[in-house]
Amino acid sequence: MNSTFEAVSKNIETAAGWQQKYRQIMLLGKQLPVMPEVLKVDDALVKGCESKVWLYIDFDHTENSLVLAGDSDTRIVKGLLALILALYNGLTPEQAAQINAYDEFERLGLISHLSPSRGNGIKAMVDKIQTMAEQNR
Amino acid sequence: MFDIAKIRADFPLLNETVNEQPLVYLDSAATSQKPQAVIDALARFYSHENANVHRGRHTLSENATRQYEHTRTLLADYFSVKANELVWTKGATESINLIANGLASRLKPGDKIAISAIEHHANIVPWQQLAKRTGAELIILPIEDDLVIDSVRCSEFIKLYQPKIVAVTHASNTLGNITDLAPIITACKAINAISVIDGAQAAMHLRPNLQEISCDFYVFSAHKMLGPTGLGGLYGRFELLNSLDVYQTGGEMIETVSLTQSTFRDAPGKFEAGTPNIAGVIAFSEAIKYLTSLDFQQMRQHEHTVFDYAIKQLSAIDGINIYSNQIHNIGNISFNYRDEHPFDLATLLDGFGVAVRSGHHCTQPIMSHLHIPGTVRASFALYNNKDDVDAFIDALKNSIELLD
Repeated sequence: MNSTFEAVSKNIETAAGWQQKYRQIMLLGKQLPVMPEVLKVDDALVKGCESKVWLYIDFDHTENSLVLAGDSDTRIVKGLLALILALYNGLTPEQAAQINAYDEFERLGLISHLSPSRGNGIKAMVDKIQTMAEQNR
Repeated sequence: MFDIAKIRADFPLLNETVNEQPLVYLDSAATSQKPQAVIDALARFYSHENANVHRGRHTLSENATRQYEHTRTLLADYFSVKANELVWTKGATESINLIANGLASRLKPGDKIAISAIEHHANIVPWQQLAKRTGAELIILPIEDDLVIDSVRCSEFIKLYQPKIVAVTHASNTLGNITDLAPIITACKAINAISVIDGAQAAMHLRPNLQEISCDFYVFSAHKMLGPTGLGGLYGRFELLNSLDVYQTGGEMIETVSLTQSTFRDAPGKFEAGTPNIAGVIAFSEAIKYLTSLDFQQMRQHEHTVFDYAIKQLSAIDGINIYSNQIHNIGNISFNYRDEHPFDLATLLDGFGVAVRSGHHCTQPIMSHLHIPGTVRASFALYNNKDDVDAFIDALKNSIELLD
């Protein structure tokens, strides 16, 4: 498991009540590094979201690792996006294949956000990242 | 008198808890809840009465046909029209598509179709497609700054541009704003334009007398009128309705079929191809009976009271921006809090058990006009009360606190 993810997810895991959980998620979103505007191209826009969500995915062949950046115009999705990035950023394709985002979201009590009806695109993002990892294995 | 406690007890879903909180259902513009009588009718039909309608000689089939056609009569009374002027479809969207397709052969290149800028996508896209297919031109009727359809300017506009078809909403789904239809219909009649009214939102709240409104077509969805999902319909002035080209063809809608040629039944039969939503129609009769058992003035008075209270409470919160017209409204309130994204607010409200909707509500042109990504929409119905408003306002204040 990625140590960044462990650090960021700890606050969510230990949050008392759903309000505090959301507060932590939104805080995570605030701390997400600013996504360079040049990366906010149409290709990076995650389709089918009620909010605007950008996910830039690249693969660093020298380092053999995933390079991810993202942004959203909503606080909650941005926080969830930050979690996803913490989960996958910098991993090798082999490491990424070991990750089960569903299990992690389940553990954090956020699984409902991965349901298709939420329309927040989190599921689409996870699928996109996994595909990129798969293609570079 | 309007006994709200008794009414609430008729809607079992209102007693649900969501996220361990008592549900506050403020999403009736998306779909209304159903009274027990409708739920029972669905179960009763499938348990004891299920049979296909029309052309069946056995008792169950005849009984199903009678109930199916009886609902049409009940609805005809509700809308003050004749039963053969009502067609069942799967919803308002299909109804508009049926009308648009049925009118295609009478449009020629250069003809104009007028719609307003506050229409639901369902009352925009079928006309765009029809314009594309026929070479007709889509023109946009004027709205006022507060997003109410400007009926007086519209009628001048109609006189000037002479559209063949005018399609407007009776009430906006996003904003709840009610359209003053009379000047528009009068203007349409003066130039023989066909008027199509989207009544999806208004049909329950305003109990429209279509004979008085005197439009050519009026579309509705049963599930927004206490009825089951997957059912809707349209009213069409008989002569015009019967002259429309058929939309779908197949069984049920024909009179005679040979291998090379077929003749069709008269309206409404010829627009109801295939086995219809029998259970839905029959259960819908209970919804119509439920609505008509309530005194209309008392129901509207109650809706107004709850709506006014909600507007007052919302307006008192610093930073809330209300987009809906606060007087001529069926009960839908679109708002935002400062520049917070509606998605965040709706997600947090859900955590407090308050069901609202966020987004563009299938009205992207309104959002472009307002330069916002979307709104939070709280929509009320006859079964909501002031306690719902209080719970909603409480949850909203708590949500705002989480955001700040």
